[in-house]
Amino acid sequence: MLYREAGQFKTTYAEDMAIFPIRQDRMALAILLGIAFIGVPLLADFDIWPFGSDYLLRAILLPFLILALAAIGVNILVGYCGQISLGSGAFMAIGAYSAYKLGTGVHIPLAWLGFAISIPPLPVLLSILLGGLAAAVVGILFGIPSLRIKGLYLAVATLAAQFFFDWVFLRVPWFTNYAPSGSVSAPTLDFFGLNVGTPIERYMLCLIFVTVFAFLAKNLVRGNLGRQWMAIRDMDIAAELIGIRPLYAKLTAFAVSSFIIGVAGALWAFVYLGSWEPLAFSIERSLQLLFMVIIGGLGSIMGSFIGAAFILILPIMLNLLPTQLGVPLSTETITHLEFIIFGSLICYLLIKEPHGFARLISIGKEKLRLWPFPY
Amino acid sequence: MRMPDASEILLQVEGVSLAFGGVKALRDVSLDIRKGEIRAIIGPNGAGKTSMLNVINGFYHPNRGAITFKGRTRAQMQPFEASRGGIARTFQNVALFKGMSALDNIMAGRTLKMRRGLLWQMLRFGPALAEEIEHRHRVEEIIDFLEIEPIRKVPVARLPYGLQKRVELGRALAMEPDLLLLDEPMAGMNLEEKKDMSRFILDVNDYYGTTIALIEHDMAVVMDLSHRVVVLDHGVKIADGTPDEVKKNQGVIDAYLGIAH
Amino acid sequence: MIALGQFLEVLIGGLMSGVLYSLVALGFVLIFKASGVFNFAQGAMVLLAGLALVRSLDLLVANGFPIWIAIVLGIGFAAVIMAITAWLIERFVIGPLVNQNALTLFMSTIGVTFVLEGAAQMIFGSDVYPLRLFPTDIWLLFESHFPGGILVNQLDVWGGLIAGILVAGLAIFFQQTKTGRALRAVADDHMAAQSVGIPIGWIWFVVWLVAGLVALVAATVWGTKLGVQFSITFLALKALPVLIIGGLTSVPGAIVGGLIVGAGEKLAEVFLGSHIGGGIEYWFAYVLALAVLLVRPQGLFGERIIERI
Repeated sequence: MLYREAGQFKTTYAEDMAIFPIRQDRMALAILLGIAFIGVPLLADFDIWPFGSDYLLRAILLPFLILALAAIGVNILVGYCGQISLGSGAFMAIGAYSAYKLGTGVHIPLAWLGFAISIPPLPVLLSILLGGLAAAVVGILFGIPSLRIKGLYLAVATLAAQFFFDWVFLRVPWFTNYAPSGSVSAPTLDFFGLNVGTPIERYMLCLIFVTVFAFLAKNLVRGNLGRQWMAIRDMDIAAELIGIRPLYAKLTAFAVSSFIIGVAGALWAFVYLGSWEPLAFSIERSLQLLFMVIIGGLGSIMGSFIGAAFILILPIMLNLLPTQLGVPLSTETITHLEFIIFGSLICYLLIKEPHGFARLISIGKEKLRLWPFPY
Repeated sequence: MRMPDASEILLQVEGVSLAFGGVKALRDVSLDIRKGEIRAIIGPNGAGKTSMLNVINGFYHPNRGAITFKGRTRAQMQPFEASRGGIARTFQNVALFKGMSALDNIMAGRTLKMRRGLLWQMLRFGPALAEEIEHRHRVEEIIDFLEIEPIRKVPVARLPYGLQKRVELGRALAMEPDLLLLDEPMAGMNLEEKKDMSRFILDVNDYYGTTIALIEHDMAVVMDLSHRVVVLDHGVKIADGTPDEVKKNQGVIDAYLGIAH
Repeated sequence: MIALGQFLEVLIGGLMSGVLYSLVALGFVLIFKASGVFNFAQGAMVLLAGLALVRSLDLLVANGFPIWIAIVLGIGFAAVIMAITAWLIERFVIGPLVNQNALTLFMSTIGVTFVLEGAAQMIFGSDVYPLRLFPTDIWLLFESHFPGGILVNQLDVWGGLIAGILVAGLAIFFQQTKTGRALRAVADDHMAAQSVGIPIGWIWFVVWLVAGLVALVAATVWGTKLGVQFSITFLALKALPVLIIGGLTSVPGAIVGGLIVGAGEKLAEVFLGSHIGGGIEYWFAYVLALAVLLVRPQGLFGERIIERI
């Protein structure tokens, strides 16, 4: 079937405002969701290639889903609202450690007041969501300076968040329940009596999270709030003069973004890593997320997925290809090669296509719509 | 041309002075804008016209003077006060949101009128969707009015200059303003585009009864469009009156010819 | 009760390591002033310069060159590498991005950072390479005044001296030479400078070259102190808060900011850190910068930003 919108007339604004106004796009999405929700579990269940081992699920799909979720969060702040952040890793950490504390029980002895605050261990789902909420609150706090400072200055403010929280989770033993090694383990993943343990179960859990959040995020960015964010990004002064409150727009972006990143952090820790150290959320993670967003597409929810996929797949390719070609490279060389490729790609995309791969795809679709005519 | 109701004053600026460091942009300027009129602010380059608009909508805060808008007097406006109070604005160098479509730009102008919060918008369901559709209707009326239907989904950065100016006017109109400030709405336009824009300005004033204050360099346009004209030169008001009165004013002629006084 | 001697010793040590931050911050300020680019890659440039220097030095010495000739050749080689880097960056990244917004330029320098880090380590290796260009002996001062005296590392004194010479040299370059004046013109307004015939590409090459040479100088001092290694890039990140505190456009600001951060974090670590778990050096500079931002967004020496529409 050709990629055409001829004959698809929209008679209401509601139809025109759908996520995918073109029928072929809707079908593509339906197929994709079908594969993700039904195809993958089926294949995995019957151990059909490439699901013969857990490798694909455990080492590729799981991190892909969670990092894509985090990238959506970063994209809301950086891509939609234009507020640069080098501290996303810290917000993942806040989500992870808050969820950990809530999931294992909080005890704050207030000896001088003569009592203590004690919260029994909460259910896992609630802990994860509250972890996101904690990240949102901290996100708002670190977003407040963005009202007075802009662009690059904000980058340094977010770096402050990154390094400060690195330190907090490393040095304040309360957060790690006084574990002597500093490494902590997630509570058992129990959802309404359902124990999530096997890779495929973990995959489904993350898939549900990502699908729901991607849908909600898409709704936000194409609604009034999304327009406010983009207005602030494109020209904050004009935005203010048409009645957009920078305070509200920026802080909601910080809150929503940090919430999503926080949830992703909690999932990363609980579902992907299982047990972890503060190192899991270092500045490298922050830069990695930023790269995903730039490569995938600033200001595009779909781009967040593409960017995450690319960043995860490239190192694997670099590991496999040379060996296949008979020129095995040392792991060190591969790491350096990765650095060079990511770096050059960032520069290239910023110069040629600031909206990343997502924009390239939409250009392709536009051409396809007109094909075989150039106009 | 419809003559405005001459009695009611919508906005009054009194004795406003504004300085940046040593540069005095405005010196003790007073002017009033009456309800329903088209008021032009003219003057040579650097006369302080844009500064005046910036003072009116709160982007600049004057060092001295008072601003009375809708009966309330204050020393300075705040941008949010101005927008909330119904002052909309277009800019000398188009200040659209470059990454957004024409439709989204104009929809953004409805921000103040939209009520549904974050959670509703996130679900985009029921009341939130209804609100979005309701405002889309209003915006489509503006799009019809400005005759920009074919470009509604085009990112504004890709539009030619004349159309960008039109979209910007649309965004201002979406606010349903009581007072519309237009900063050189016809700068850089060809004759055809100027005619269109003049027609839009007159129509806005006519149909919606919107009060308009505009800065323009094309004297023919100014004299045709406006009910009253104020002339600034080097931050000082040198004339104020109907187009005919201003045309005859010797000080204005001198200022435009660059004669020192 | 804190002993005055200990306080002074920590203070001096802090000020001296602050000089190192200043050295990196200087490179940032140069590029920011001339092109409005907030250069995240300055730390990577320090690494690259250091690796080029130390590896060529080792090679020359191993092949029997006398140490003095080896040092001269090694510095020359590293300078050439920095010149090539400057040319490549101008030609392929900053040049094509002319007139883009600051955020895009900033993100592109993050890209440059990764390329430089990857390439530098791929070509020159990724171990820790000790560099010995300056004496690192300890001086004991004021033994008569304080019990135990005050320990001062000679390297720190050298660092201070070099920073002083560098600043003086840059000041002369900016104020007195034709290229320097053209640089300042470009900094004020790219397009206006272009329209009066200043070759903007050439100017930016010069700026990145100068920043590269400043990075080389920083690398000699840092390399001697810590050995040339990857973690230098993280220490170089501390130049960012230094800049915020000093003001993005101010050379004296970079120096003073560096001293404040260096002294502040050492004093905080020694006298506060012990109470709250230690290691606060890690974030002190950033949080201090955040505090400065909230009070005085343009930094101590920066120019006030006026917005226009």
